[in-house]
Amino acid sequence: MRPIFQTDYDQDIRLMRHRGYWWSYGTLLLLVLLAPFVVGSYLQSQIVFVFIYSIVGVGLLILAGFTGQTSLGHAAFLAIGAYTAGYMQRLGVPFLVYLPLSVILSGAVGALVGFPALRLSGIYLVIATIAFGFIIEEVAARWESVTNGNDGMRVKPIEFFGVTLGREGYGFYYLCLGLLMLVLLLALNILRSPTGRAFVAIRDSEIAARSIGVNLAVYKVVAFSISAAMTGLAGCLYAHKLSFISPEMFTLLLSLEFVIVILIGGIGSLHGAVLGSIFVVMVDPFLGYLKDDVPRTIGKLAQAFGAANAGAIQDTLSAIGGAAGLKGAIYGVIIILFIIFEPYGLYGRWLKIRLYFELFPLYKKATFRRQKTYLKSERNR
Amino acid sequence: MCTALSRGPVPPPGGGSVLLDFIQQVVGGIALGCVYGLIALGFVLIYKATEVVNFAQGDLMMLGGFFAYTFIDQLGLNYWIGFALAVLAMAAFGSLVERAIVRPILGYPQFSIIMVTIGLGFALRAVVGMIWGTDDLRIDTPFSSGVVHIGPLVLAYDKLSVIVATVLLCGGLWIYFNKTRMGIAMQATSQNMLGAYYMGIPVKRVFSLIWAISAAVAGFAGVLLAPIAFIHTNVGFLGLKAFPAAVLGGFGSIPGALAGGLVIGVAETLSGFYLPEGFKDVAAYILLLIVLMVRPEGLFGLHLRKKV
Repeated sequence: MRPIFQTDYDQDIRLMRHRGYWWSYGTLLLLVLLAPFVVGSYLQSQIVFVFIYSIVGVGLLILAGFTGQTSLGHAAFLAIGAYTAGYMQRLGVPFLVYLPLSVILSGAVGALVGFPALRLSGIYLVIATIAFGFIIEEVAARWESVTNGNDGMRVKPIEFFGVTLGREGYGFYYLCLGLLMLVLLLALNILRSPTGRAFVAIRDSEIAARSIGVNLAVYKVVAFSISAAMTGLAGCLYAHKLSFISPEMFTLLLSLEFVIVILIGGIGSLHGAVLGSIFVVMVDPFLGYLKDDVPRTIGKLAQAFGAANAGAIQDTLSAIGGAAGLKGAIYGVIIILFIIFEPYGLYGRWLKIRLYFELFPLYKKATFRRQKTYLKSERNR
Repeated sequence: MCTALSRGPVPPPGGGSVLLDFIQQVVGGIALGCVYGLIALGFVLIYKATEVVNFAQGDLMMLGGFFAYTFIDQLGLNYWIGFALAVLAMAAFGSLVERAIVRPILGYPQFSIIMVTIGLGFALRAVVGMIWGTDDLRIDTPFSSGVVHIGPLVLAYDKLSVIVATVLLCGGLWIYFNKTRMGIAMQATSQNMLGAYYMGIPVKRVFSLIWAISAAVAGFAGVLLAPIAFIHTNVGFLGLKAFPAAVLGGFGSIPGALAGGLVIGVAETLSGFYLPEGFKDVAAYILLLIVLMVRPEGLFGLHLRKKV
């Protein structure tokens, strides 16, 4: 265990607590920078999705994880960012102009949503954001002069000072990486500033926050707006990555996917957004693996052991692996298991493992036990 | 008027048809609203007793429909016996869900419980799709065909059965919650779990029971909906439409669920008829947002002040 000798109050909020951070994050950055030259094009494309989902995850974490305002309508902000990008590109606006524009527009809509959200909490807020998501989805389908309706909209590759960044190319990869790092830095800086501490105060107790002078209205709207703006940025990248957008992409299911990102990654830390995104993005390749490789391997094994119905076994397994709702089932089961057994997510598991080795013979399970409250009714809070 | 009566669903031409159209739309809206009300009833029950919002309610309803399909169509039982069996099976399933999934996370923040029920919905939809397939299924019910004429208005049996059943269920459950010992115990549990426990209320049994009742109501709705909406895994999404109904009525109020459902149903059919295309699908949500902004506790909700 590394004892950290504190000599300065600023040490508590420093970005890099000690030199170990420089080494570990430096190595990570180096790995991510080199990754496109090592991994294949499919994996590279998946990593870009991880970056985009992580940006949304960071935005959602600021709102749900740090301010305590749950949103199940973030797909709508993503849609606003994506459609702004698509429409502006069609009008001939350059990338450097419409990227900030989609951020600003989503942020503004986020602030608008934040105002009614001031009066809502808990379940009502969840339902209101779901309703908002449905309305935006319907607007995207009906406002045909801008969004092209259900036919969808093609998005051309990014033009950047005469250079074209194809959606599969290295340029786009590094653009997404750079923007993700920017968003992470921004989020870290917000969270260690008075604004971020106000967010956490609101999450932990609105009444206490108000009584020490936190203006609830202002900070809630700010949190919504920052979160939406980050999601809008991700939306712009998402549109370029997919090169085609249509309203049925931005459904409640996508909003749920974002919540799953932070839930599985861990709600208490920004690491969670990235870990959760890796998980959610890699579910698809994993399903493909379940569908093709696992049955084949087991079929071969069965053949090797001389089972007569090896072919039938293989077919049954690939039928299970290829069943239509498997992704939904896996999501469902994973959400349930994580909430019951691993409420702090993947990052929480990492913390537990690290603490176990740091305190080796003295680790106690109770360190991470959650507090249960049977007393409070959220209805009269 | 007599000629209009014999002519059936075709609206009579002439000056009176505008008003008649309107009334016909309202009646259709009421039938639809009762469906929403019936689903909202399930939300309200669980919320009222345990303060858990069950996002899987629509999927429980879907499962009820599939149970009924199995009993009635595949096993060839009588409709009413199959109906009863499906409702009972759903009640058993509801208490199983409570025991296995909801109880371990009691006492944790509400958001965890919401996410667990969302996960349950996902899993149910997928598993049902794997077992029964994703085709539209249908069962023969006594309400599948036939219409009732009330003056110049036309009302199909399937819709009428939903209206009658919803009103009866709402009445019965209202009496249960306000007049019986167990019902009052449930209300106490929802207000303060620990306090209820000190008063000798078997809190765990209350929870099991309420999930069983709510799942049974969902099964009931699923069977009644079978002639109207088919039996399909996507029926669960109707649950999302029922949310505005529950909120509109104030989440903890049984008559409120019915009233909210009616408002949403009528608003939806009217906006589908009079407003441009597209408003039909979002009318419920726009209405919901307006109500949440103006009166967040719903139309029938208790108005509680914050205390420090």
